[in-house]
Amino acid sequence: MPNKLMSEDDVIAQLSDGMTIGIGGWGSRRKPMSLVRALLRSDLKDLTIVSYGGPDVGLLAKSGKVRKLAYGFVSLDSIPLEPHFRQARQAGGLEVLELDEGAFQLGLLAAAHRVPFYPCRAGLGSDMMTNNPDIRTVKSPYDDGEELVAIPAMNLDVSLIHMNRADAAGNGQFLGPDLYFDDLFAMAAEKTFMSCEKVIPTEDFLKEGSVHTIKIPRIFVNGVVEAPRGAHFTECPPDYGRDEAFQKEYAATAKDPEAWDAFQARYLAAPSHEAYLAEIDAR
Amino acid sequence: MSESSEVNSTEATGSPATLDEVVVIALAEAFRGDGEILCNPIGTVPMCAGRLARATFEPDMVYTDGIAALSAELLPVGVPGAEAIPETYMPYRSLFDIVWSGRRHVVMGASQMDMYGNQNFAAIGDDYSKPKAQLLGMRGAPGNLINNKTSYWIPNHSTRVFVPKVDVVSGPGYDRIREVGEAGRFHDIRRVVTPLAAMDFETDDNRMRLRSIHPGVTVDQVIENTGFDLVIPDDVPESRQPTAEELDILRNQIDPNSTRKAEFA
Repeated sequence: MPNKLMSEDDVIAQLSDGMTIGIGGWGSRRKPMSLVRALLRSDLKDLTIVSYGGPDVGLLAKSGKVRKLAYGFVSLDSIPLEPHFRQARQAGGLEVLELDEGAFQLGLLAAAHRVPFYPCRAGLGSDMMTNNPDIRTVKSPYDDGEELVAIPAMNLDVSLIHMNRADAAGNGQFLGPDLYFDDLFAMAAEKTFMSCEKVIPTEDFLKEGSVHTIKIPRIFVNGVVEAPRGAHFTECPPDYGRDEAFQKEYAATAKDPEAWDAFQARYLAAPSHEAYLAEIDAR
Repeated sequence: MSESSEVNSTEATGSPATLDEVVVIALAEAFRGDGEILCNPIGTVPMCAGRLARATFEPDMVYTDGIAALSAELLPVGVPGAEAIPETYMPYRSLFDIVWSGRRHVVMGASQMDMYGNQNFAAIGDDYSKPKAQLLGMRGAPGNLINNKTSYWIPNHSTRVFVPKVDVVSGPGYDRIREVGEAGRFHDIRRVVTPLAAMDFETDDNRMRLRSIHPGVTVDQVIENTGFDLVIPDDVPESRQPTAEELDILRNQIDPNSTRKAEFA
């Protein structure tokens, strides 16, 4: 089997300006934060970010690297509204595709299945349609003739996801309660880079969880990054919960430019994931 | 149809029902008749209402543990670490499938709502490209409204919330749904409950109607705090009181730490 182990910086070296990047996880849950911070440290710009948004979206929106955001919601869960994302939206100038969160899944599924759209009813009668005039409806070709929303395929250049365990070949395992849509993010993208809490030998997957938890197939994965606590400060059960104190500190920096500068310098500018963890441990 | 005709047996419990408990009952009544579907209330007061309905008059409903399973037993709200007995695995992907299937009654909130029940919790302001206040985004509102039974718990009954026109329609109301024709056939807004009253849309043109007022509230008070013309029936009943059994279950089993009261500041 191939060996796809690499570092965060190796991943960033494969990205380019203007790319459409999908980010797995959900809200403030199992986000590939070490990869997001590497993205923040890079010179990349003009990005389109596709995400069930949490602090990944807040940080990237604030960074000025983003031209367009596609999301169903952006939330920190225990803090319902993501303050940095809100500020970026309220400042104007950010292009957005704001979808129903179920319809958003169908956009990923369409991209994964290489079809132009999937139909649904979500959006009819709502401003999801008026605010996104590019989204069209489609008439059923069958006798019912019903008019449905055609959710366009969200084709991604790259996806970034974080798993509890992975092998060096790129198979990924989630051990928490919910995979969210990370497998679809991987399948919807030309290339997927997967960080994980721990790289293990393939034969050890079943020591960690049942066969049902090995959900990311290596045929969709181009690189594996071992990043213990790589989802910090979002939750990554059963390995760890959300760092609520840190998340509060992060959220509070939205109201205080000096606090933001300090937060940025200490944590986001840390040159590697290891350096970031050293700062976290020194708190 | 009057909900005030239920027997008031609060005497048996020692302390009479408070406003939050009347509200929980008014919202629980939204689930009456639902049968074996997913009861999916979001927020503390709606969760109390859903669990109370299931514990009493809608025993076949299923509900989530708030993580990724359906919980087989009466799970308390606001009790960290309460262990659920799962009866079905229910990650978000399966939850979305249930949304599409229609076998679900959801309770959401609203930052703005108009007379046809158009709901906004996405953003405030006229300019979508630069909102005055970015809120949650669309979340599941478009899909919920077009597929599921929907009710609302709105803790702030004021003219800032109940407005003539919402800035963004996240969850479509009855006038918007009329425009989409057949595809809107599963749309069904059951109830809107506030600290003042319960409303529904059981009128000829599906405008919002005052269904009942909570004890101590006047019809004029509701009218003053609503920024559009509510349909006011000649005879507005008082919202019904909880039974002694309901009060006991709510206070001692569903919400022993009274977390519901935090929404009544």
